[in-house]
Amino acid sequence: MFTRSIYFLLPLLFFGTSSLARDQINIVGSSTVFPFSTAVAERFGKSTDFKTPVVESTGSGGGMKLFCAGTGASTPDVTNASRRIKKSEADKCAKNGVTPVEAKIGFDGIVIANSRSAPNLELTLKQIFLALAKNIPDANENIIPNPFLNWSEIDPSLPDVRIEVLGPPPTSGTRDAFAELALEGGCKEFDFIKTMKKTDKAAYKALCHTVREDGAYIEAGENDNLIVQKLEANPSALGVFGYSFLEQNSDLVQGSLVNGVEPEFEEIASGNYPIARSLYFYVKKEHIGVIPGIPEFMSEFTKEDTWGEDGYLVDKGLIPLDEASRSQWSEKINNFEPLEMN
Amino acid sequence: MNNTINFSKSTSFNLPKRGQSEFRFQIIGIGAILLSLAFLIWLIITVIFGSMGAFKHVEIAIQVDLTSKNVNADDVNSTSFGSIMKSGLREQFPDVKKRKDKKKLYKLISVESSLELKEKVLDNKDLLGQKVKIWVSASDDVSLYVRGKIDASLPEDQRKITDKEISWINNLGANGQIRTKVNWGFFKNGDSREPEIAGILAALVGSTLSLLVCFILSFPIGVSAAIFLEQFAPRNRLSDIIEVNINNLAAVPSIVFGLLGLSIFLGYFDLPRSSPLVGGMVLSLMTLPTIIIASRASLQAVPPSIKEAALALGATPVQAVFHHVFPVALPGMMTGTIVGMARALGDTAPLLMIGMVAFIVDIPKSILEPATALPVQVFLWADSPERAFNEKTSAAIIVLLIFLIVMNLSAVLLRRKLEQRF
Repeated sequence: MFTRSIYFLLPLLFFGTSSLARDQINIVGSSTVFPFSTAVAERFGKSTDFKTPVVESTGSGGGMKLFCAGTGASTPDVTNASRRIKKSEADKCAKNGVTPVEAKIGFDGIVIANSRSAPNLELTLKQIFLALAKNIPDANENIIPNPFLNWSEIDPSLPDVRIEVLGPPPTSGTRDAFAELALEGGCKEFDFIKTMKKTDKAAYKALCHTVREDGAYIEAGENDNLIVQKLEANPSALGVFGYSFLEQNSDLVQGSLVNGVEPEFEEIASGNYPIARSLYFYVKKEHIGVIPGIPEFMSEFTKEDTWGEDGYLVDKGLIPLDEASRSQWSEKINNFEPLEMN
Repeated sequence: MNNTINFSKSTSFNLPKRGQSEFRFQIIGIGAILLSLAFLIWLIITVIFGSMGAFKHVEIAIQVDLTSKNVNADDVNSTSFGSIMKSGLREQFPDVKKRKDKKKLYKLISVESSLELKEKVLDNKDLLGQKVKIWVSASDDVSLYVRGKIDASLPEDQRKITDKEISWINNLGANGQIRTKVNWGFFKNGDSREPEIAGILAALVGSTLSLLVCFILSFPIGVSAAIFLEQFAPRNRLSDIIEVNINNLAAVPSIVFGLLGLSIFLGYFDLPRSSPLVGGMVLSLMTLPTIIIASRASLQAVPPSIKEAALALGATPVQAVFHHVFPVALPGMMTGTIVGMARALGDTAPLLMIGMVAFIVDIPKSILEPATALPVQVFLWADSPERAFNEKTSAAIIVLLIFLIVMNLSAVLLRRKLEQRF
């Protein structure tokens, strides 16, 4: 009985004819760039004779690690990043014989939103820092543990509700960007802290980037849809997530004004909205001409129909670069100019 | 209290108290079952209600001009079907003049509609040379609105669809140019970034292939290991160590097996990343301990008299085990295998490391082509910003549950067939 079933199953092992050599592009990296990268990959697969690239969501750091590990078909060809490549990563790439070609594709705004059933908030970066940092300066410039429990204690103009902010966990690139742009942005508005940056950089970073852990900031996981649902259920809470989720759920949540600027498409694109970061992808120059379709994929990404102001990536929530930067980057990308760190 | 039982007096049996504790236990038991049932029903009802929309497909009919002015009958591939669709839309709404409004108008139909039109033309060349009404997919927002998932009474800036778009949709609806039908595409397509055409097939095939590889590897290896350990291996310190290690392996978090797969199968053997072959191998590492433990238990449950009788009649130990013990234990082994495979079906953590948590459009044709798995598809859709992916997520969960039920059911049937009674 048993032997017979084995004979029956054996042929199944041999179906499949494709060889081990890779004939489709392999993309890894940031989960923030994932929706844009997949959209381009899909369009590229359908409009050309090349196979649809495989896009993995590994996070910016994880993607860099795989990307810089070396060359050859077992390593990815492209990595997405929701921040610029770090010096240490560029060094590792160089050591392993990988030449990255840098491509900046646009911006992503990080919004602080609450439920439509609560009043729209108007925050400043300083207030965000005072509400969410672990340690803050008091009136005498002493560093004390964050004493604020209610928004109104920070500023009487804010509502008298408990500080409760749902946001991404430390593994997320969104959290890094939020700490860097929002918390540090508010932090350095204190003059004595700004001077501290020059004297004691480590202490400055620890003060400005550390999020409080006493329950006011709630780590809600990487799933932004979940944060939106929780905000709907709890009108007194605020949530931190990417702009595209605000756009898709505008009937449920509203974005708070930051430094008097609304989180709107035009404001983020023009750079007025303070919490916006750049998105990148990096191409392995060594694989161009080895893995089929890479130059064509790059030119698909840099078409006006793709990343321009009316392109399909805008429908997916990308905030495009301005026209001058687009043409500048497009030239750099399509000439495969290697990365220059400065 | 008097602990001795006086048989002449029935009250000293303490009957009421014993009856009460019996009753309490039963209430607690029934309560526990009811509670878990309630949660299960709640889960299933939410998922089913949430998924309804994913099985419906909204289409819009558009008058397109396929005369020789637009299409060259000898070279259909070079035709710009996108602009044919667009001019069809403009003819229907001639008063839309502004560029921005035109863009909105084009967004009523799916970005994939030009490909749909092309396929229809290639399928049926008779369409060429005439003006015909063609049904194409509506965009995800239109589809949500038509199915009543967007509240039009909200202020315009709080919804994804503007008043103008609503008036166009109502106009089309009044002309009978909008229809809703069963979304077969959901079962026929691979993943897509456009919710209206995203389908489950690539993930379903990926899961099936991975589980097949997993079964082919883990069942024979696991069962042979169990038979050897249980029936032939000498009982000594070494076999004790092996037993403890197998039991420990069954409790190792699955991501660890993913890391193992990454360094050995991908790093050392250089097998293709994201392929169901590697996925199945990693999953079989994960299910092996479960299969071995279950198989050993079912071998132990075989009455020793069967083996002894065979040996007494002159069978060799191998004959005794394979002819007499193994067939009796097989149903129990199948159960263990299915339990292990069911866990493997629902796991994403080990697949993350070997690159199967990925966006894959093409349906895998072999175990070496990139593929993803059902739970990964659920995860990716749950993470997408587009509202229409919410219902896709629920629908994917249903497909996953049905897959699981079919698997368990076939195991039960197989066991019934193989079961031997004494």
